[in-house]
Amino acid sequence: MNHQLRPALVSFHGLSVLTGLAYPLALTGLARVLFPRQARGSLILKHGQVIGSSLIGQSFTAPGDFWGRPSATQPVPYDGAASGASNLAPSAPALAEAVRARIAALRAADPSATGPVPGDLVTASGSGLDPDISPAAAYFQVPRVARARGLDPAKVRALVARQVQDPQFGVLGEPRVNVLELNLALDAMR
Amino acid sequence: MSHAWTQNILLLLALLALAPPLGAFMARVLEGERTFLHPVLGPLERGLLRLMGVQPDQEMGWAAYAGSITLIKLLGVAAVFALMRTQAWLPLNPEHLANAPAALSLNTAVSFATNTNWQAYAGETTLSYLAQMLGLTVQNFVSAATGLAVLAALVRGIQRRSAAGLGNAWVDVVRSVVLILLPLSFVFALVLISQGVIQNLAPYVHTASGQVLAMGPAASQVAIKMLGTNGGGFFGANGAHPFENSTPLSNFLQSLAILLIPAALCLTYGRMVRDRRQGWALLAAMTLIFVGSLAVCTHAECAGNPALARLGACQVASRDPGREQPGGNMEGKELRFGPGASALWATATTAASSGSTNASLDSFTPLGGLVPLWLMQLGEVVFGGVGSGLYGMLMFVLVAVFIGGLMVGRTPEYLGKKVEAFEMKMASLAILLPCAAVLLGTAVSVLVPSAVASVSNPGPHGFTQILYAWSSAANNNGSAFAGLASDTRFYNLGLAVAMLLGRFGVIWPVLALAGSLVRKKHTPEGPGTLPTHTPLFVGVLVGVVLLVGALTFIPALALGPIAEQLALR
Repeated sequence: MNHQLRPALVSFHGLSVLTGLAYPLALTGLARVLFPRQARGSLILKHGQVIGSSLIGQSFTAPGDFWGRPSATQPVPYDGAASGASNLAPSAPALAEAVRARIAALRAADPSATGPVPGDLVTASGSGLDPDISPAAAYFQVPRVARARGLDPAKVRALVARQVQDPQFGVLGEPRVNVLELNLALDAMR
Repeated sequence: MSHAWTQNILLLLALLALAPPLGAFMARVLEGERTFLHPVLGPLERGLLRLMGVQPDQEMGWAAYAGSITLIKLLGVAAVFALMRTQAWLPLNPEHLANAPAALSLNTAVSFATNTNWQAYAGETTLSYLAQMLGLTVQNFVSAATGLAVLAALVRGIQRRSAAGLGNAWVDVVRSVVLILLPLSFVFALVLISQGVIQNLAPYVHTASGQVLAMGPAASQVAIKMLGTNGGGFFGANGAHPFENSTPLSNFLQSLAILLIPAALCLTYGRMVRDRRQGWALLAAMTLIFVGSLAVCTHAECAGNPALARLGACQVASRDPGREQPGGNMEGKELRFGPGASALWATATTAASSGSTNASLDSFTPLGGLVPLWLMQLGEVVFGGVGSGLYGMLMFVLVAVFIGGLMVGRTPEYLGKKVEAFEMKMASLAILLPCAAVLLGTAVSVLVPSAVASVSNPGPHGFTQILYAWSSAANNNGSAFAGLASDTRFYNLGLAVAMLLGRFGVIWPVLALAGSLVRKKHTPEGPGTLPTHTPLFVGVLVGVVLLVGALTFIPALALGPIAEQLALR
């Protein structure tokens, strides 16, 4: 075994330096030059302050804001430092209870919204940080948001339509609306 | 739903287009030939080997080969354990994370060294940037490289005649890292960063409204996590985290990366045994099982959860303007992926031994969750892990050849090598040890009250959580029904044992078998030889894989996901 020790130790340290230091550090440096915005987390700045990331959802609860998907992160929803899902089974009574309560809350906030509720608006995401909702989930909230802000619902609908992102290259993923960007655009409307 | 199928087909086409060139390239590397990367990376490879004092043509017998692989893995366990236990005192820890507890550190160290990447830890709350880079990223590379090396040794055992040596483990590991995994990862990481996967060493960002955003060198680790079928997330939410998997394109490419090297290795194999049809036959068998599994999972997840439909949640997919929504079972899934791309990932990650996730498998429909569970239990041979998938599948090939031989009453042979009692013993060991670990571990867990207490969902689903954990660990997958509170002494230590058994319990028999095959003379093909490149053989092989999996696990599956599916209304 002794004659194995030198190659073992040298290869281990050599590969560690190569793949554990040189590789990630070179990428970090290169990313800073080529994709500085993405590498730092696609941060959104306003008046020189970071107000969020376009990739990470935030918790919106005011009637005048579009709400994102329920988040299961602990201790607070949309905790960007502790991602996670609810991990509730499809058969779990706790899941059905949570969904029932969410649907009731949406209907209470807007008694005119009697149609079926888009599923993504009442189910928690995998990361707890989902930045998007479906276009259907955004349109569902238009009457409430318009009323709370005293805006013309048609204008709010048009704003949502402009914010819809199509599937990438037309085939990958789902059509979606970024909630933080939608609310920022809404703020800019008045 | 039709959109989900379009993505599935695109992925398969991309995979089958990229596998042949990559397979040819890897064959050149493993056979020590010059490649187009040698002008750049050749000096690095030769320099490392010179420092190690290794001559590329120094041959090793199977025992020396197995010893070297074991040694480098043990060093990996020690290094990750030490880094996690001391990270608070080391640099690159801007969040001042504390030293990790011993049981968790041991579990994580074993998990990464065995290419399992079971996530008892949550990256952003547990690990410093140094531990992620120098600990986990390194093991992502090295554990995948050892898989490639063991495969290369087995292939030499099959291909060489009346020889003794299986190649040199150190040379195979170094070449795999420097010439295959490192350049692929580097390019892939850059593409991921362009899509929004983060790569920095900055402290966590505090926004004006008080949200904290975890940061770190994610892309460099995610690239090899996906390409090396490792699967351990930089963040707790793994591939669901927007900083780890930011767009539908990054998701598609990561799904492809899971399967790319394992699929290409089939064709590498065909080239190395000088009969390319053999490689295509194996690829065909794997693809068949994969497509069937993918169809079931995609259908189940797109159909949604009947329990939620009753409450007034709309789960019908639509692409009509003004009503676009993904539909399906969206609990635990990211909107940008939807149920289709989530089902695709779940199938790929468990067919191969990646174990990464882009959605919560715990919240999959019972049938949708059965597919990943079952694919792991088949022994991770449908594409499987880098190297480990193919050497696992070759064990099933020997069983299939053996059964074929029994049918015609002749001594079975495979590619000119007689398959005898010793080979069958080793192949059976390699196939059955992980199965035994899964069933025994599950049985013990349901008898230990503290292990049952970790279950988070009631009914049959709770049993599935336990069964899934052992299936994942013993087959070195690493994905989880993550509701199971597995960061306990029982699971940290128990699953660590299962992971070790699942890795070494396969590697040692495989190498012993290679050592036996390599000494054998070449037997020329006769009229009684079962050709192993025909559609007939592909059918027999698929049958053997499914049969072993079915006979071993259907009783357990009936108590878990099948019971849950029947009860779900």
